[in-house]
Amino acid sequence: MTIYSLYILNKAGGLIYQTDPCPGLNKLSANEYLVLAGTLHGVHAIASRISPTAPTPNTGFFGTGKAVAGNCNTSGLKSLETDAFAMYVFQTVTGLKFVLVTAPGTRAQADAAELVLCRIYECYADYVMKNPYYSLDMPIRCDMFDEKVVEVTQVVV
Amino acid sequence: MSKTIKATADDIWKNKVEKINSELFTLTYGSVVAQLCRDFHNDYVQVNAQLERMGFNIGIRLIEDFLARTGLGRCQSFKETAEVVSKIGFKIFLNVVPLVTNWSGDGKQFSLVLEENPLAEFVELPQDDKASRALWYSNVLVGVLKGALQMVQLEVDVAFVKDVLRGDDATEIRLKLIKVLRDEVPAGED
Repeated sequence: MTIYSLYILNKAGGLIYQTDPCPGLNKLSANEYLVLAGTLHGVHAIASRISPTAPTPNTGFFGTGKAVAGNCNTSGLKSLETDAFAMYVFQTVTGLKFVLVTAPGTRAQADAAELVLCRIYECYADYVMKNPYYSLDMPIRCDMFDEKVVEVTQVVV
Repeated sequence: MSKTIKATADDIWKNKVEKINSELFTLTYGSVVAQLCRDFHNDYVQVNAQLERMGFNIGIRLIEDFLARTGLGRCQSFKETAEVVSKIGFKIFLNVVPLVTNWSGDGKQFSLVLEENPLAEFVELPQDDKASRALWYSNVLVGVLKGALQMVQLEVDVAFVKDVLRGDDATEIRLKLIKVLRDEVPAGED
């Protein structure tokens, strides 16, 4: 799975992190990245409104005894597949969104992508949230986090 | 159900959590509280408030660690929240499992009774009466709970009601659900 790009959005839809681990995408201007993130946030919310009600009951942790891997994105935009790329959206209970843009892949790739996003969430919890000088909801500028993201995204390449 | 929780929590505790020397932890917290008491000239009301504020700032960050490591989704009821806070939250961060008890009739209030309190292991409060009446030594926990629960859209009132350090028979934290901040629940969940 080639990972082209990773976006992290705060709960208000603001872009707080963007990186391109693998070359292959055109670079956008800083402003265009922000607009893209905001649009994604909006489309995600709209998708959750138009998706059919009464989906499979969310038995979650207590029903299955197995962790649902922290992805609370049950009715919003989960993935987008095109001939040129695929996109996966992971949302935490606190409202953060982790978005992965990859080369197009098979069905199984969605699970792999979710796993990568889980790992990135753990790195975020460790290297961003535990950095006392990081202010919440602000753009992430933490070198250690950058390094970890590279590590995680390289492993699956 | 509770057995699964326990097994999961044990597994996370064993395999996914960094551990530190508990004495270092206890002594660090002790010196923070003692320094606060000095800084505020033994104005314990202020010290309590300060500890709570520090805890709050920890809680709003710690929740991400909790969610990332446990992979838990949203609780479906406040009862479930109580179980998760006690059997998973306290377990993985402090390795204690407080007893969930004293539910109010409407199911919106409960108590956490700590049999062991790692924060207060070697502590004796100052001899003056004021300290044993006003200081909640482990008040940082109140802030942590408030902060963490607020980040998952639960507005909760948290307060110590008893502390063995003060001569009470138990250490008890009371939690009261004020409201679920439904407007802030992120879109995309059901």
